Amino acid sequence: MSTEQIAQVVDAKGLSCPMPIVKTAQAIKGLVSGQLLEVLATDAGSVKDFAAWAKSTGNPMVEQTVEGGVYRFVLRKK
Amino acid sequence: MTLTAEPPAPAVEPAPAPAAEAEAKPRDILIICYSGELEKTWATMILATTGAAMGAKVRVFLTFWGLQTFVKDQKRITGDNVMQKMMSAMQRPGISHRKLSKMNFLGMGPWMMNKLAKQYNVSSPKELLEIAQAMGVEFMPCQMTMDMFGLKKEDMIDGLGEPVGAATVIALMQEGNAPLFI
Repeated sequence: MSTEQIAQVVDAKGLSCPMPIVKTAQAIKGLVSGQLLEVLATDAGSVKDFAAWAKSTGNPMVEQTVEGGVYRFVLRKK
Repeated sequence: MTLTAEPPAPAVEPAPAPAAEAEAKPRDILIICYSGELEKTWATMILATTGAAMGAKVRVFLTFWGLQTFVKDQKRITGDNVMQKMMSAMQRPGISHRKLSKMNFLGMGPWMMNKLAKQYNVSSPKELLEIAQAMGVEFMPCQMTMDMFGLKKEDMIDGLGEPVGAATVIALMQEGNAPLFI
């Protein structure tokens, strides 16, 4: 569990593909390198999608949890 | 037989691993938006916005029925001559007036699709188009289709690029764009 501060949270709960990824891409633009972005989603496809997004864009996933049907991803701006 | 000694191979810089290169700059994506049906318009918009979100440069070439989607929603009749006008009357242009290729049932199918999309929080093609434009997706109308249907710049939605031809599309493919024909 990282103790670093989350710079911004994207609440994509209830949204379907492609909006969680789209909102994440838009949000990470506003961060500076090294800052953390937390994304909350309920789309079951987002587990694979966020792994693919992190790999493609080079913004590493530092944490990934699921609780009560809510997926939580923490991504570091490259 | 004696072989002359080959000159020493010139020192070659180790080529960057293809994977690392791909990570540095993903391939550009070129979507050829040919069809005008609701479900295909949706696919185009989902892939275009996702491509942009994944860090790729996305271009969408708008041609034939696909170009009709990018006429302003409020336009009812387009074209200069009777046949062009008839064409637009038979198939209303604009992204909010798309029909399904199957199960259209005089608009009942699209109505149900849009209802389901709302229920499941799926963004509409129009919403996705606005997002795509905000994310820098480039939309390139086909000049030939513009001419054939008598479409003018003022008939089209704002923010489209300059009209181009097939050579531009092929050149982008030759440069290594990942092509999609929808």
